[in-house]
Amino acid sequence: MGSIELKNVRKDFGPIKVINGVDLKIEDGEFAVFVGPSGCGKSTLLRLIAGLEDLSAGQILIDGKDVSEVGPAQRGLAMVFQSYALYPHMSVRGNIAFALKMAKQPAEMIAAKVNKAAATLNLTDYLDRKPRQLSGGQRQRVAIGRAIVREPKAFLFDEPLSNLDAALRVQMRVEIGELHHQLKTTMIYVTHDQVEAMTMADKIVVLDRGSVAQVGSPLELYNKPNGLFVAKFIGSPIMNIVEGEHAARRNATSIGIRPEHLDISKTAGEWPVRVRLAEHLGSDTFVYAEGEGLGHFTVRVAGEADLRAGDNVFLTPREDRIHKFDKDGRRLE
Amino acid sequence: MARKVSTTRRASITALAWAVGLLIFFPILWTVLTGFKTEGDAYAIPPKFLFFSWTLENYTEVQQRSDYLAHALNSILLSVGSNIVGLIIAVPAAWAMAFSPTKRTKDLLMWMLSTKMMPSAGVFMAIYFLFQEFHLLDNRTGVGFVLMMSNLPILVWMLYTYFKEIPVDILEAARMDGATLFEEIVYVLTPMAIPGIASTMLLSIILSWNEAFWTLNLTTFNAAPLTYLIAQFSSPEGTFWAKLSAASTLAIAPILILGWFSQKQLVRGLTFGAVK
Repeated sequence: MGSIELKNVRKDFGPIKVINGVDLKIEDGEFAVFVGPSGCGKSTLLRLIAGLEDLSAGQILIDGKDVSEVGPAQRGLAMVFQSYALYPHMSVRGNIAFALKMAKQPAEMIAAKVNKAAATLNLTDYLDRKPRQLSGGQRQRVAIGRAIVREPKAFLFDEPLSNLDAALRVQMRVEIGELHHQLKTTMIYVTHDQVEAMTMADKIVVLDRGSVAQVGSPLELYNKPNGLFVAKFIGSPIMNIVEGEHAARRNATSIGIRPEHLDISKTAGEWPVRVRLAEHLGSDTFVYAEGEGLGHFTVRVAGEADLRAGDNVFLTPREDRIHKFDKDGRRLE
Repeated sequence: MARKVSTTRRASITALAWAVGLLIFFPILWTVLTGFKTEGDAYAIPPKFLFFSWTLENYTEVQQRSDYLAHALNSILLSVGSNIVGLIIAVPAAWAMAFSPTKRTKDLLMWMLSTKMMPSAGVFMAIYFLFQEFHLLDNRTGVGFVLMMSNLPILVWMLYTYFKEIPVDILEAARMDGATLFEEIVYVLTPMAIPGIASTMLLSIILSWNEAFWTLNLTTFNAAPLTYLIAQFSSPEGTFWAKLSAASTLAIAPILILGWFSQKQLVRGLTFGAVK
């Protein structure tokens, strides 16, 4: 079991309000991702749940029990840090076993649990090495192993992949996803990378300046962002925003259209634009264009497209894919 | 790109470096040499550099007249003892300031450092009368306490800079893993800080060993370390240069040897944290 509930959680650092009243419920077994730009308070929120920071106000409940005043170890959660935070003077075995030793478990049981975790994470051959003798990905696995052996109610991940190179990041992303599938334990994962959020999450919590902007499944956030902030944050490349007469004609202050929902034509269409750059990736072509009185556009064309800088083309948005926003940036239905 | 240096330039710089090095080392070399001269040769004008009648009589006389080993034992007890007690106080203090700082931590550190700027002579009378009152004059515990107090700011400062280099994540990981504060310090912080603690202790032992003001003024014989041995040979009746030199050589030899073998640790300790 491992449901986590936050009730009006607040955190101030001196005069600076970092978390301004967050209410949130994460169900048992759910993979929740906190995502937002840097400084939005996502790491602080995770550290509050972990018990590494004290609440300024509000309550945190784990399995319905108030743990606001309970120390980090007694909450039954395990955390994987961005820097891995391995104990450099201990072997891989020592690192994984540390929490069990602190819990005064019998030696045979510790050995069995460490071996099982090592087998799960392909670390069996490295148990006697020191962290400095491991690669980044292996270190990350040790950090996860250290969390697994404790059989926690929930795993907390604080940007665990941001120190890895791109290829390894994708691989570890898949591994963490598989691990969740296998363990079925609640996981809370903090990232600033919306691709990680979209690919891994059951539930995404988008944070903006210490408040929850929107909570939902990846596709809910993609299809129905509740405001401009979420609309621009979720989805890659970023959503195109058009203001002025084209928006007014659709009874909105601004309208948003995703790069994959624009049709491009050399002969006719709604918005005449000039191509500034075309990126040919083979699977997709990203076209960066600019129109007078319209601003900048990014267009995603599936497959190969015969376009280059300087071409004059027309863009037409798919009406059913247009997001409308009012003057405060809220979604209009 | 590395600068190109011509061979002659390189040679002259090397020669200059050796010259400066020898100039700095000369007083120590001269002291060691004088220790092996007779009193007559020690006063000879022009000075005799290497061609004199070598003798060990000064060393035997120093041991006979003023029990070198007893004072050496005091030096060891005072410098090592005061440092162990100092570390027991300084490790938790530095831990608190490095990992749980408050608004006033920087002020506290500056205040501790400022006590090192005050001349010892300024508090001499106060300390002396206190020692007299509590019968601590010529007492190892008493002098050790003063040495510990005078080195404590350095211990705390050096440990603080070491601890600052340890990522706080690792300590937080230990907390998540269920380590108590005591377990966190013993199993995680201390093993990681061993090199730092070792070089801090080394530097502080050297400072205590060489400390002369308090050891000379607060001891007479029983608790007197090697600084007292040196001072003995400079008396109102005149200075016996050869014996004074022999005594000095004996007094500085242990710490010089310790310093020589731990140079690497020391340099690392003094420059730690300067570059990341």
